[in-house]
Amino acid sequence: MSRLTTGPGRFPTNSLPAATFGRRGLLKGIAGIGAAATLPALLGACDSGSDENVAPPKGNPDDPANLTFWTWTTNVEKVVDIWNARNPHQKVTVSRQAQGEELLTKIITAHRAGNAPDLLHAEYQALPVLITNGAVADLTSLAGEVRSEFTEGTWNLTSFGGKTYAIPQDVAPMMLYYREDLFQQFGLTVPKSWDEFATVARQVRQKDANRYLATFSSGDPGWFAGLAEQAGANWWVNDNGTWTVSINDEPTKRMAAFWGGLVNDGTLSGKPMYTPEWNKAMSDGTLLAWPSAVWGAGVLEGVALTTKGKWRMAPLPQWNAASPATGYWGGSATAISTKSTQRAQAEKFVRWLNTDPEAIDALVAQGGIYPAATTGQSTPALSKAPLMLPNQPTFFADAAAIAKTARGFSWAPNVNVTYSAYSDILAKAIQDKSDFAAAIDRLQDASVADLKKQGFQVK
Amino acid sequence: MPGASSTVAPRRPRRGGGPTPYVLVAPAVVLLVLFLLVPIGYTVWLSLRASRVTGGGLGLRVEQFVGLENYVGVLTDDGYLQGVLRMLGYGAIVVPTMLGLALLFALLLDTPRIRFGAASRIGIFLPYAVPGVIASLLWGFLYLPNVSPIRDAVTAVGLPAPDFLAPGSVLFSVANIGVWGGVGFNMIVLYTALRGIPREMYDAARIDGASEVQIALRVKIPLIAPALVMTGVFSIIATLQVFSEPATLQPLTDAIPSSWVPLMTIYRDAFVNNDIHTAAAASVVLALGTLVVSLGVLSFLQKRAFGRGQ
Repeated sequence: MSRLTTGPGRFPTNSLPAATFGRRGLLKGIAGIGAAATLPALLGACDSGSDENVAPPKGNPDDPANLTFWTWTTNVEKVVDIWNARNPHQKVTVSRQAQGEELLTKIITAHRAGNAPDLLHAEYQALPVLITNGAVADLTSLAGEVRSEFTEGTWNLTSFGGKTYAIPQDVAPMMLYYREDLFQQFGLTVPKSWDEFATVARQVRQKDANRYLATFSSGDPGWFAGLAEQAGANWWVNDNGTWTVSINDEPTKRMAAFWGGLVNDGTLSGKPMYTPEWNKAMSDGTLLAWPSAVWGAGVLEGVALTTKGKWRMAPLPQWNAASPATGYWGGSATAISTKSTQRAQAEKFVRWLNTDPEAIDALVAQGGIYPAATTGQSTPALSKAPLMLPNQPTFFADAAAIAKTARGFSWAPNVNVTYSAYSDILAKAIQDKSDFAAAIDRLQDASVADLKKQGFQVK
Repeated sequence: MPGASSTVAPRRPRRGGGPTPYVLVAPAVVLLVLFLLVPIGYTVWLSLRASRVTGGGLGLRVEQFVGLENYVGVLTDDGYLQGVLRMLGYGAIVVPTMLGLALLFALLLDTPRIRFGAASRIGIFLPYAVPGVIASLLWGFLYLPNVSPIRDAVTAVGLPAPDFLAPGSVLFSVANIGVWGGVGFNMIVLYTALRGIPREMYDAARIDGASEVQIALRVKIPLIAPALVMTGVFSIIATLQVFSEPATLQPLTDAIPSSWVPLMTIYRDAFVNNDIHTAAAASVVLALGTLVVSLGVLSFLQKRAFGRGQ
C-alpha cells in the first residue's frame, strides 16, 4: 500500500502520510499504547513458543466464511463491499487497527495471542519481520495461479527462497516532482542526471537564497532506501539462511556522499519531510522539487493544494544514463495469517482483491493506489491525470514507463530496527554537518549488530 | 494514610471477627493484584526472555529465557544512559522553575490586595487543561524556524533570530513546554493550601509588624510545606515519565533522537523495533530508579518539612 493513504493525524490541518517504519508513526502510537497493552493480549503472548507453521486446513474455497481483514488502505471498505455483494456467504470485515510499524507490532502481538485476523496488510519491507515471527502463511500454492499477473521485480518483493508469502497489491516506483512554473521562471532545466541535479541545486541558491531545489530527510528511511535501490544498492542477501548485509555498499555510500556534500555546504536543505515547515516549503515554493513516488501526487494534494497545476513529474535523475533505473518507496501486499482457519476462502479473496479487474479498478479509483498487477496498470481509473497535475495528462502512462525501470530489492527481518537507527544516525550527521558516507558505515554496524543479537547467521 | 486510624474513635475490640474485613478489602486487593502486581510480574518475566532465531532459510523467532542479558544490554546502551542524563537535566530545569513559578503565583493570588484574582487563577490554570501532545504541537509550530511567529517578531525588531531547536537549546525548549503545562496545576494545589491557613495567623503577624513579604516568607511558606513536598514529589515523578512532549517534537526536527529520554527508548523498542523484551528490561530499570528517587526525596523532604524522622 502506498504511503499516500496513511494519515497519522499528526497535524489536523491535512492528511499527511506516515513514514513506514519512520519515526513519524510515534505520535499515532501514543494513543495506541493503552490499547496495545491490554492484559489479555499480553497474557496470551505467553504461549509464543509455539510459532510453527500449521498446515493449512484443506478447505473448500466456496464454503461459507467470515473473514477479518486488518488494513489501512484508503476506502478499502468500498472495495470489500463489492466482494460482499458478490459473495454474501463469505463476508469480509475490514478492521482498521493501526498503520505502518504499529500495525506490524499489533499483528505480531495478536498472532502470539492466538487471535490474529485472517487477512493482513503487509508492507513489503515488513514482510520478513512477519515471516520470521511465523505470522504469515506460505502461499506458494496460490502463487502459481497468479504469478503471471506480476513483473519479476514485483514478484520478488513477496517471495523469499522460492516461497511466496503474500500477493502484491500496489507498488510505488520513485519519480521526481518539480515546480514547472518556478523552473521556467528561473530558467532551470529538468535534471536528467544527478550531476545535473547538483548543478541545478546550486543555480537555485544563486537565483534566490531563500529557496532550495530539494531537501534531504533524516525522517524517511524508506525514501533513502529507494534512492539507494536506484543507485544500484543491494542491502540484504539471504543465502540459505546466512545473511549478507551491505548497507554500506558502494552505490549507497556514493549516493549518501552525494547528498551529504550538498546538504553540508548548504546547497540542499537538510530539514525533515512531513513537518509543518515542509508543508509550507512545498506550498510557498521554498522547495522546487521532490524526489518521491507515484503516490506523491496525492500527498501534494494534502500539503500544497494551492499549487495545483504547477507541478510536473519526470523520471528521477540518473546515475547512469545508459541504463535508467528507479527504486520503490513504499507499496504493500496482502497476506494470510498462519492461524487462519478459513485459509481456502481467504486465498480466494486475496486473489480477487489483487488480480480481479473490477477490484483493482475500485482500489485505484477509491484508494488512490498504483496497482502491482500489470494488467491493472492500464485500468480505466488510471486514464485521468491526478488532481494536482492536470497539466500532465500522460501522468500514469509516464509512471508506467518509469515503473518498468524499477530495480528489485530484498528486505531483511530487521528492517524496523535499521530504519529507526537510520533516523537517529542521519539526523545527527545533518546536525553535525559530518560525512554521510561515514554515517552509513555506522548504520551498517548498528543493523548487523542487531541481526546477530537476534540470532541470525550473518556473514 | 499513616496516622489516620488514630483519629478514629476506638471501637469495642472484637477478636477473631468474621469474614467482614476480608470481604470489604477484597475488591481493592483483587484490583491491585490484577492491574498492578500481575502486570509488574509479567513485565519482569518478559524482561528475562528474548526472541531468538532458529532454523534455516529466513529463520523463525522463538521466545526463550536469556537471564539478565536484556538488563546488561540496557545498562551498556549509551543511548539509554544519555537519555537518563538528559531526563535528569530536564528535571533540574523543570522542577525548580515550575514549582518556583507556581509558588510565586499562589502567593500573589493570596495577597489581600489582589484584583482579577479568579480570572488570573483560571488563566494560569488553563494550560494544564491542554493535553501534553496538543501543547507540544502548539509549541512545535512556535519553535520551527520557518513557521515561528516568535522568530518573526524577534527579527522584526532587529535582533538575531533564536533557534529553539538547536542542539544546545532543545532541552530548554522541551522543558518550557513542561513548565507551561505544569505551573497551573501546582499553583492551584499551593493556593488551596494557602487558603486553608487560618486568617488569624496573618492578623497576628501584622500586629507584630510583619510586612506582606515577611508574612509570605516566614508564615505562609513554612505552613504550606507539606503541599510543597507533595507537588515536588509529583513533579519529580512526572519528570521521570517525560515522554509526550519530546516524542511529539521529534518528527519535526533533527535535534531529538528516538532515545532522547528513557521512555522514548522504551517506546521505540516495544512498538517500532518490536522488541518487547528489551523494552521490559528498560522499564524495570526506570521503575526501580523512579522508586528509589521518589522515596529518597520524600524521606529527605519530610524530615525537613515536618521536623521529624517519621
